[in-house]
Order: sequence, then C-alpha cells, then structure tokens
Amino acid sequence: MDEHTDRTRRSAPVGPEGSSSRQDGLRAFLRDGPPLGPTRPKFWRSPIRGPWTTSVLGAVLLVGLTLVAVTGLLSYAAYNPDLTPVNDKTPDKGLLGFYLFAWPTDPPWLYRLTQGVHVTLGIVLVPVLLAKLWSVIPLFFAWPPVRSVAHALERLSLLCLVGGALFVFATGLLNVQLEYVFPGSFYVLHFYGSWVFLGGFAVHVATKAPTMVRALREGPAGAKESGGGAPSGGAGLLSPDPAPATLSRGGLLGMVGLGSLALLAVTVGQSIGGPLRSTAVLAPRGRSGAGPGDFPVNNTAARAGVGEDDVGAGWRLTVRGGGREAVLSREDLLALPQHDAALPIACVEGWSTQNQDWSGVRLADLAGLVGVWGPTAVVVESLQRGGSFTSAGLRANQVGDPRSLLALRVNGADLSLDHGYPARVIVPASPGVHNTKWVGRLTFGESP
Amino acid sequence: MTVVRRWYGASALHLLLMAGAFALIGYAGVRLLSGDVVGVLVWFVGAAVLHDLVFLPGYTLVDRGWRWVAGRLTGRGRGAGGDGRARVRLTNHVRVPAVVSALLFLVYFPLILGPSESYLSKSGLPGHPFAGRWLLVCAFLFAASALVGAVRYARASSDDHSA
Repeated sequence: MDEHTDRTRRSAPVGPEGSSSRQDGLRAFLRDGPPLGPTRPKFWRSPIRGPWTTSVLGAVLLVGLTLVAVTGLLSYAAYNPDLTPVNDKTPDKGLLGFYLFAWPTDPPWLYRLTQGVHVTLGIVLVPVLLAKLWSVIPLFFAWPPVRSVAHALERLSLLCLVGGALFVFATGLLNVQLEYVFPGSFYVLHFYGSWVFLGGFAVHVATKAPTMVRALREGPAGAKESGGGAPSGGAGLLSPDPAPATLSRGGLLGMVGLGSLALLAVTVGQSIGGPLRSTAVLAPRGRSGAGPGDFPVNNTAARAGVGEDDVGAGWRLTVRGGGREAVLSREDLLALPQHDAALPIACVEGWSTQNQDWSGVRLADLAGLVGVWGPTAVVVESLQRGGSFTSAGLRANQVGDPRSLLALRVNGADLSLDHGYPARVIVPASPGVHNTKWVGRLTFGESP
Repeated sequence: MTVVRRWYGASALHLLLMAGAFALIGYAGVRLLSGDVVGVLVWFVGAAVLHDLVFLPGYTLVDRGWRWVAGRLTGRGRGAGGDGRARVRLTNHVRVPAVVSALLFLVYFPLILGPSESYLSKSGLPGHPFAGRWLLVCAFLFAASALVGAVRYARASSDDHSA
C-alpha cells in the first residue's frame, strides 16, 4: 500500500516551472488533506492507541464475536425453520439456510446454554467493541479517503463490518428489552444483518489477522519502538505527537475488562436462574412472578388475549392426524397416563429457568390416540389471539422424545393461566416460544 | 499479476476475497432491505456514522473536559512530581466508575428510562425498578473507586513522610 501511495505521489501531475501557487495548494490538499483536523496524523494524540492495543481488543473480538455468531446461527436452527412455514420468520433465506439440521433434544439444557451464551456474551462484548472502534478511529479519517479500487472495496467492507456490528448489537439489545422500535421484524433484521456483518468480518479477519499476530508477538513495547511505521503494520494508529499519558495501555484494557465484568454481573443471573436470578439487577428477567409458577413468563395470558372463559370448563383439545380426530376435555387428559419431566424454559431473549417439574401426557401418546404411531411431526396451535408464535411445528425427534409433554401441571400444582393453563407443550432443548401455551389443537402429520 | 496490482491496487487473491465477501453481503443485503429500505439503511449506515462522528467525539470531549477540571482541582501541576500524580489519580478514580456506569446505561437504557409497554404487559413484572437500581450501582462504583483512591492516597502520603 505504501509503495502504491509513493507511486501516486510521484506520478501526480507536475506543472510547468512557476505554476501558480493555487495549483500547488490544490495538489497539497489532495496529497495531505485539509491542513487541520482529523485527517492529519498529529490530530490524534492519545499515547495508548497503537497496533498492540488494537490487536489485543481485536483478538478478544475475534474469539468472542465468532462464538456469538455461531450460537446465533444455532438459535436459528433450533427453531427448525425448514420444517414448516409457521416456524420460519425469514422464508426467503435461500442459501443462508445451508447449514440447518434437525435440532436435538439432548442435552435438554442445550438451548439454555447456546442462547444464554449468545445474549450474555454479546452484552459483555459491548465495551470491547466500543474500545476497538475507539482504537482505530484515526484510520476512519485517513487521507486520502480512497487510494485504489482495492482500498475502496476494503472501506466498503468496513462499513458492513462496523455498521453491521452496531446494527446487530442494537437490534439484539433492544429486542431483549422488548423495545420494538427497529424498522421491521426482529428476526429479519437480526438474521440478515448478521450475514452482512459476517461478510465484512470475513474480509477483516483475512486481511488483518497477520497484522494482529505480528503486533501481539511484538508486544506493547515492540509497537512503541517501531514508531508507527509500516513494518509493524501500525501505520496511522500510533500518534506522532502523543500527549502525556493519564492511563496506560494496561489501564485501558483493565477499564474495558471492568466494564465487561460489571455487565456480566448485572446480567448473567437471568440465565442461571434459581436464587441467583435476583443478582441480575439490570437484566430484563432478573425477577420472576410468585407462587408455584415461580419462574418468568415470556408472555402473559392478558397480553396474549387469553381470558378465563377461553380456558374454563368449556375448553377442549382437538387432536388430529391420519384422517382421524379426537376431542378431549382437561379431565379426559388427566385420565390418560401421566408422565413427569424435569425441563427448563429457555428464551431467545437469553433468560432461562432451571429445571421445572412438569407433568402431563406424552405427545407421542396423543399421536397414538388418533392412530399415528412411529415418527411423526406435529403442528401445535394456541388459543392466543395475535402475536408472532400462535403456532409452532415440532419435528419427529421432538415428538418422539419421552420427555416431550403436553403439560397440565408444573411443580406439583396446576399450570397457572400465565404459564399456559389448561395445557401447554414442553419439549427438551427447544426454544421457549416453541413450547406453545394455551394449546387448542394438535395436528400430527407424516414425518417430513 | 502486475496488471491486477496496477489497476486494482492489491493482489488477485485480495480481489477474489472481496468478490466472495460482497457476493455474500449482496445476497444477505437484498433480503435485509426487502422491507423498509430507507428505515434499515438509516439504522445501518446511521449507526456507523453516528458512532464515528457524534458518539465517539462526544465522549472524547467529555473526557477532555473532565481532565481539564481535574487539572484545575489539583493545582495544574502537570508532571511536577506529586501534583502530576494527584491529577492522574483524580482523573482515573472518576473516569473508571463513570465509564462503567455509562456502559451499563448504554446497554440497558431502554429499561432504565422506563420499560416499554410490551415489557410490562408481556413479562407481567410490575413497576420500574431499573432507574433506581442503576443509580445504586453507580453510587456503589463511585464509592468503591473513592475508597480505593483514599487508601492509595493515604499510602502514598505515608510513603512521602517516611522518605
């Protein structure tokens, strides 16, 4: 790149002897940028910017954001979007669904883990992301703004990287706080936004990884000695005129780490649950309700539009499949063989519960009631009015798991209305919204 | 090879990498923009621009302002032995808890400023405890920092006396 810049400088049009000073001024402007301001290296005076600082933060993000991205993609797979259209919030995904697979039911805490990591780690990385952007801000103003086609493309990919990261973080943070102000469906924005980000991320890692490794090897002192020259790859990061330090490089990293630690402390309890839930003092689900359903609900009955008269003595469950239909009251269901399963609830928003003791009728037994034996998928429909998950499809491996229940009771008591009375689905390792509440109809079909 | 380098500005491998990445970005980008084109563009590009041109310069200016105040409070003894150290110490013992408090606010401001109607009706959790909790956490952070600072100050001045 430097060679290239030199060549541009040499080949800049050279006017005849005694060319006007105006032309000289223009040439100088094109070469060096405005005489004052952020395009001038001397504008940037922090003594702790440099290739080592940027590389340490970059290495943390390389590992951290990769983990956040992978767990995010796993969460998409956990919805089984290729099973039935009702599961798919991004039906035009095309090739981006290339990796989808049948989401397993073991271990039952799988989605708790992957989604807890996705949300909590994302939150914990906010200070690291901001520090990384701070550390490279002089490059944003580097002059000339575009040096070649390659450089222009690289800068465009950086817009996808930085814009993408901020966009995906913003939509994620707003969504877990149920602040639906973003321009469209969360699933569409967060999913496709992530892939745009990943395109920029791939370019950045491929082009900068060697620089990062070199700077980490050289250490903070090595970066200092190289004086910001090209050999260390730190051109533009080290200030040519550093101000006196008020914070060391280690101090900056310590402050970032402290920020991450504080965010972890006020957040992680909502994913651990139990007595530690209340430690998540700023997280959306650091509190739970009261009574035997003493664990959080994603959606209350009032919000879902389910009232007492929907679920009173007149409530009936319709089971369909294989051309047959059965209609059951809650007493009929209680008369069927009851089974227990200790399973958690884990929400896409990152919070989850420890195992709750559910009891009810096995989904496989209900399929057998209408003569459907062997592997079968099911579409579960709720009584709830409106909302984005009024029905959900479950795959044959989920229906066939002996722990998958149409639950009638939890923790030794009847389900509360908010937890899905009179009957709700509970499936191991499935995202919370697929554990449909206030079930009205089950339609078993052939295994897809 | 040299032709690519002259006209493109980097190696052919670089060009291939860019082609692959922008194929992915284009494929996902079209789908990202399939709904509210203007809204999504404003959010996406706006996030980067707002960060680089408003947010970052903003917190830099606040930090610079505080450094100036800290310099005034400690008698402007830049680099002059004890006074310079005092200035740096005062700067950081406010800077660190302020940064951590600001980060907590940045991440959780929707809840701190008052949960949305969706939050209240979906979660069924009552009340608005988050602003009070955040202020308590801030108070704790500043108090802890002041305590550490006081211990350090006491230690430093006892060293000075024994020296």
